[in-house]
Amino acid sequence: MRYGETGFNLEIDLTKGNIERVETDPKDTELHLGGLGTNTKILWERVPPESDPFSPDIPLMFGPGLLCGTPAPGANRTIITAYSPQTLLMGYSMMGGFWAPELKFAGYDKVILRGKSPEMVYIWIHNDKVEIRDASHLKGKGAVETQETIKKELNEPNAQVAAIGLAGENRVYMASIEQGRSSASRLGLGAVMGDKGVKAIAVRGTKDINIAKPAEFYDLCNEVLKYIKYRNENPVPNVMTILQGLGSPQEMLHVDEKWHTENFMWGNARVRRKDFWNKEIEEKWKNTQLSVRKRLISCYNCPMKCGAIISVPGISTYMMKCFSKLTYAMAAFVEDLDFGFRIAQRATEYGVDGFSVPQVMAFAVELKEAGILTDADFAGCPTDNEGRFYWLLDRIVRREGIGDILADGTYWAAKKIGKGAEQFAHNNIKKHEQLPLKLGMLNPVYFLMYATGEKINITQIEGQFPQSPFMTMEEREEFVRDWIQVPDEKFKQYVLDWEPRGERSNPYYPTVDMSVDIVDWQEMIHYFDDALGVCAGLSSFPLKPPYHIHNYPKIISAATGIDMGEEDLKKVYRRNRNLLRAVNVRRGLRRADEVPPEDHWKKRFPELEAKLLDAYYKFKGWDNEGIPTKETLQELDLGYVAEDLEQRGIIKNG
Amino acid sequence: MAKIKKKIKTIKVDLDKCNGCRACEVICSAFHANPKYSSNNPARSRIRMIRDPIRDVYVPVYAGEYTAAECMGRDKYVIDGKEYDECGFCRAACPSRDAFKEPDSGLPLKCDMCEDDPPREKPLCVEWCLNDALIYEEREEEVEEETKPEDVEIGLESMINKYGLQKVMDTVARISQKD
Repeated sequence: MRYGETGFNLEIDLTKGNIERVETDPKDTELHLGGLGTNTKILWERVPPESDPFSPDIPLMFGPGLLCGTPAPGANRTIITAYSPQTLLMGYSMMGGFWAPELKFAGYDKVILRGKSPEMVYIWIHNDKVEIRDASHLKGKGAVETQETIKKELNEPNAQVAAIGLAGENRVYMASIEQGRSSASRLGLGAVMGDKGVKAIAVRGTKDINIAKPAEFYDLCNEVLKYIKYRNENPVPNVMTILQGLGSPQEMLHVDEKWHTENFMWGNARVRRKDFWNKEIEEKWKNTQLSVRKRLISCYNCPMKCGAIISVPGISTYMMKCFSKLTYAMAAFVEDLDFGFRIAQRATEYGVDGFSVPQVMAFAVELKEAGILTDADFAGCPTDNEGRFYWLLDRIVRREGIGDILADGTYWAAKKIGKGAEQFAHNNIKKHEQLPLKLGMLNPVYFLMYATGEKINITQIEGQFPQSPFMTMEEREEFVRDWIQVPDEKFKQYVLDWEPRGERSNPYYPTVDMSVDIVDWQEMIHYFDDALGVCAGLSSFPLKPPYHIHNYPKIISAATGIDMGEEDLKKVYRRNRNLLRAVNVRRGLRRADEVPPEDHWKKRFPELEAKLLDAYYKFKGWDNEGIPTKETLQELDLGYVAEDLEQRGIIKNG
Repeated sequence: MAKIKKKIKTIKVDLDKCNGCRACEVICSAFHANPKYSSNNPARSRIRMIRDPIRDVYVPVYAGEYTAAECMGRDKYVIDGKEYDECGFCRAACPSRDAFKEPDSGLPLKCDMCEDDPPREKPLCVEWCLNDALIYEEREEEVEEETKPEDVEIGLESMINKYGLQKVMDTVARISQKD
């Protein structure tokens, strides 16, 4: 019997219409866990590195994490992978919600979609019964509308549906996959799904997931819950509000947006408005938010309430989380939160990424103002800020006129437009739009995370270590006192010694080696979460989370029966990290690509930055180009990867 | 008749506080697995979230009695302008729906308030609901000690009510002669 997992993947060949239930190798679970780990393994094995992201060879994988479907709180995430049409590297994007456990209960650890369907279809998985169904009636329908329609026509109110909107159908590079209150938004995987001709995957499961050591596992889950309760009652003091608690940023709960509106940049990540927030705006925004917010909601088996049901008069209800209420308004320079909620509704139905798309639209407006795009490109576009954004959104999603170019994101659009447009695509790493954040002084830890993260999104890499030093020694001592999550006591000393000013402050403190240590820790927890399907909001993202290196091995062992200690689990992390790096290295990723936006910090330190990268690569067991060495790979049971890289001449002379 | 003390166990369900996470279903099904916690499957849970986010419907319902026949009609509540599901507050395991039945055998399920040895302080769904949508309350009530009539007596009484004592006696006499 398999524990924690079902032991079967669902392989669907869309070209042939063939469906197979394929038993997986338990050894792969021991080596990679599940979710991102095993997705990466399959991508490495099956796909030639030369493939275009829209090649039918590319499997689009929906991989719930290993702990999804067990009672581990917050284990509900699906890791979706393919090659990103935007970055051309491996694209992995995740969604919470209710889909992952439902798939496990239906009896599958992954859905792997290959080939392309000649007609638009949706997949209906009901335990052992799996159908490819006609979706021609859903063509052009909104992502939320599609989910609702499918549940109705199947007469299965308990089915969970992941769907794309028009953006995915039209292969917009910023297309998302939407599911209930959640979405896999980044890196354009909705476009890959649309290209495969799949509008949605609906799933309903009523089978058991078994636990290897039931009593032990139950106790461990209870400890996690108890700690969540404790943390909810005891916010971390002396840090800003959104960093005090657990969960993803509590944007649906909080109405005070002084920090974001004054610290994040407006427009195309350009303008900081230091005196934006005032009493009048505060009152107005608060009223707007409270009037449209019907309920704070969670994902499967999680006590947090990071999402909300949003009902704006006159338009259909949808669900929201995180910052999308601000991203459109701020990019459009609209000072009315009502606009944020309204346009986000349309964007959610279209199924687009709420971070990249607003920036792309603001980028287009900038190009128009600079005379690079012309009146002809904007023919028919309203002149007010709100109207212009709705118009641009419609064009992008339909790939009409200038929208067809913008739909590829700022990097590719700028290349196509030319005439100096490249300078306006200023906020990218590895061709992908980043948070609209511009800061003063280089921060060595963030430099490394931005530069080297395979996720290519800062919010999915940071966490655990405070973002800035505490002002007084008392505050530092208080912080480290009950810091049980540290993998090593030295991290406490880093915090105690870290000063806001002077010798032991940014950018030279944390030192190069310390920065590498800190980044490695933060990455490690993210890699665990992404293989286990546990939400970062309870683990890798916030300060002092309930999951950490000391309880994860026990939880994994109790759930799956795999004998695992801390060192074993760390090795799994290094294995998964290196395999993912190898996938991207085979796709051409090199040191030259690991560059944060030039204007991210005003004060840059090229020598220090080079040292940081050198030290990070060395620590990881990579060469100076960021390529894992043969020894590193062999030590991690990835000899077959080393061999392949050698044959391709990527690893030279052993 | 003697007075006896009866323990009344109540779970107070606050729909406004429910975040819809279904932790109640998760832990219920795990607790009732055999051996305890050895598997979990919300489809076996004795509490069920009747849930439709788009309409903001979030109703945790406990499994009550099994009923062999469905009601002659169905109910649908509208509260403060919000329409709830058909039979959306009903606890019965009934032929009209698949809630509260074992998914494989179809056998009915019933909430037992997590009866355990030694007894638990409160049911696990309540313990796992950190949002306090489920609150356990226990009180004692003094009730008259019931003298329970036998089943046969109940049956006969209803026959007598319907057909009259004489007819029932005649029928019993006739049947006994046949044997």
